[in-house]
Amino acid sequence: MVSMCFYFQVHQPFRLRNYSIFDIGKNTNYFDEKKNKEIMQKVAGKCYLPTNKTMLDLINKHDGKFKISYSISGVALEQFEKYAPQVLDSFMDLNDTGCVEFLNETYHHSLSFLYSKEEFREQIKLHQKKIKSLFKQTPIVFRNTELIFNNELANFIQKMGYSGILAEGADNILGWRSPNFIYTAKTAPGLKMLLKNYKLSDDIAFRFSNRGWKEWPLTVDKYVKWLNAANGNGNLMNLFMDYETFGEHQWEDTGIFDFLRHLPGEILKHSDNNFVTPSEAIKKYEPVSELDIHSPVSWADVERDTSAWDGNKMQKSAINQIYLIENAVKKSGDKNLLEKWRKLQTSDHFYYMCTKWFNDGDVHKYFNPYENPYDAFITFMNIINDVNLRLGEKNILKKEVVV
Amino acid sequence: MKVLMFGWEFPPFKTGGLGTACYDLTRGLSYKGVDVTFVMPTTPGNAKADFVKLIGANNICRNIKVRKVSTILTPYMSSEAYSSELRKIRIGHKLSSDVYGQNLYQEVMRYAEMAKIIAAQEDYDLIHAHDWMTYGAGINARNVSGKPLVVHIHATEFDRTGGNPNPYISSLEYQGLNEADLIIANSNFTKNNVRRHYNINPDKIKVVHWGIDPDNPYYKLGYSSPMNRNEKIVLFLGRITIQKGPDYFIEVAKKVLDFKKDVHFVIAGSGDMLPRIIERAAELGISDKVTFTGFLKGADVHRAFQMADLYVMPSTSEPFGLVALESLKNNTPILVSKQSGVSEVVHNALKVDFWDINEITNKIVNVLNYEELHDELRKNSFEEVQKFDLIKPAEKCIDVYNEAIRGAM
Repeated sequence: MVSMCFYFQVHQPFRLRNYSIFDIGKNTNYFDEKKNKEIMQKVAGKCYLPTNKTMLDLINKHDGKFKISYSISGVALEQFEKYAPQVLDSFMDLNDTGCVEFLNETYHHSLSFLYSKEEFREQIKLHQKKIKSLFKQTPIVFRNTELIFNNELANFIQKMGYSGILAEGADNILGWRSPNFIYTAKTAPGLKMLLKNYKLSDDIAFRFSNRGWKEWPLTVDKYVKWLNAANGNGNLMNLFMDYETFGEHQWEDTGIFDFLRHLPGEILKHSDNNFVTPSEAIKKYEPVSELDIHSPVSWADVERDTSAWDGNKMQKSAINQIYLIENAVKKSGDKNLLEKWRKLQTSDHFYYMCTKWFNDGDVHKYFNPYENPYDAFITFMNIINDVNLRLGEKNILKKEVVV
Repeated sequence: MKVLMFGWEFPPFKTGGLGTACYDLTRGLSYKGVDVTFVMPTTPGNAKADFVKLIGANNICRNIKVRKVSTILTPYMSSEAYSSELRKIRIGHKLSSDVYGQNLYQEVMRYAEMAKIIAAQEDYDLIHAHDWMTYGAGINARNVSGKPLVVHIHATEFDRTGGNPNPYISSLEYQGLNEADLIIANSNFTKNNVRRHYNINPDKIKVVHWGIDPDNPYYKLGYSSPMNRNEKIVLFLGRITIQKGPDYFIEVAKKVLDFKKDVHFVIAGSGDMLPRIIERAAELGISDKVTFTGFLKGADVHRAFQMADLYVMPSTSEPFGLVALESLKNNTPILVSKQSGVSEVVHNALKVDFWDINEITNKIVNVLNYEELHDELRKNSFEEVQKFDLIKPAEKCIDVYNEAIRGAM
């Protein structure tokens, strides 16, 4: 028996305005309403709406046998509500089928786990509340931003009462072992780990339209053969990817929607195959082994570490600056400021400052609203300076931090 | 392959990017085994300009032959500058009045006439002419020999004059561009200007971005200035002319100082706008924060880069901007206008619209305030500039030569 477990990440950050040094002290409007609205509506049209429609059709067609899961960041949900409510409706339709599971993450899609456990816990609670109010689900499976994971996180999440967690099936943590089983972390025996099969996931997410790839074009037949090959050396195939793969990263004319439309039927042709959601997977299967993971792994880049967000001096400095003022922001009692500060924690802001591969102008560029990482840093620091100024006006900052 | 090239005097004897560009290209071509007969306008006052000795010492240009032509033309020369040069020469050398042209245009014509003689004597497969003053020479050489003509456009008259071209110069420029078999532009920016201003078929225009000498001993001077101890230094280096945007630079200096006191601005170069900029600094009340070095050459150029924390090139229209690469070679990060060729090829640079004084200020203040930003920018741009050399542009030129020769057959 091989179970296919699809999880899709849905996320859009609140992108920043072109906030200049001349705005500091004069303007508390940090986010680019116009751009965020435009991008949300564009991606809704190209990806969210058509893909949700396809998923709904597939669930109906396969009579409940096709199941999927999502993690939708709180900041994405907020933007659906503001700019594209019909997307939210379509997720609710999917929810009504009973074949869709929603996972928990940090509301603000942040790196808070690495910098402030207190903030991390609060953001998870916020997200839990949001998912419950929208979809009436209480998730028992957690996924951290960018699948960042280590022993410490496992322990923390177990203590928060979760039964399962997603992580990258990176070579450096698995070694010779297969990602196609359930594992646990050394520090959290009661928390089952679902590890991404990065090869088969990335075949769809990254390589699908790559004409230079020797397997191009990827047909459903070929792909299902690869999946079936796992039968006998694994029982769970975790296919994790950004939802924007469909229609946005891989455009419609690549044939990605046709691929998607035919995939579940082809998988179900093999009587040994079925689909599970993450919470079903952890109920169904027992862990085969324990993993011991000290430094954080993630699903990004070849390094599979956190260097895409905190690898250079600008990123380290910007992240430190934002968590340095945590107490001051919280003591200020200014809810509006607290919310802005949280939106500034979204990992994308630091990803935009990444200088790895920048010379080659690669994949990072595609997702980046800035011309270069330096502009991203300048804009971010100007805003931090304004936040500091606001805190100074409230006589809070001076007692907390010396700038 | 044999090339008859109408170029310009080589550094350190001549100033500006054009001489350097010719020198670098010739070295690259020589390395790739192309024979070059280099026709070089040589001013009589400049007795030290012994190019053959120069290349002999470097022992790299065995397959280069130099033909000197006596003229008082220099690149970027205005018609007034020509007249004043002519007066100086006459007084200094007691020359009769008919050796050189009576004015700039006559001298350009005279140079083109002399090119006919050389063109008939030399053996070559192709003619390559650099910028408008030599286009007439190139056309004449083609008429004599029937060989294909490639003209190189380093800057259009529109770039040089801030959009107020001299009609005579732009007509000569047009003639060269129009008659050439192929055109080499030093950036997409220049290619677009040529297409826009002269309505030239873009298929005829090939872009060859400049490279830079990978190892110049000056890069390793390791110069640090006592000025740096108390203040950050922001450098402008270039001709003080409308094209280079010194007027924007001085306005920015004032705005930066409004945010940050411990900054000093260095303006290196000379040009017709210098008095105006000095006056403007005084009007803005920042004269004590601005130093004018005058024209720098040789090692001093590199010392200026090395002492600076940031090099700013706010050019209103910069066909390439080799000087920005020189700054990076000296390990000083750059802020360049988007209206430049160099901004097309360097990723790790701060980029702005030349007119956006507030945005330039925003970036300068931040890069001076945050060491982490300065460090990353410096480290990554220094790494990036290592990929530039003199071979790649030469190879691309050879591709263009081959295409021109095929087309002429």
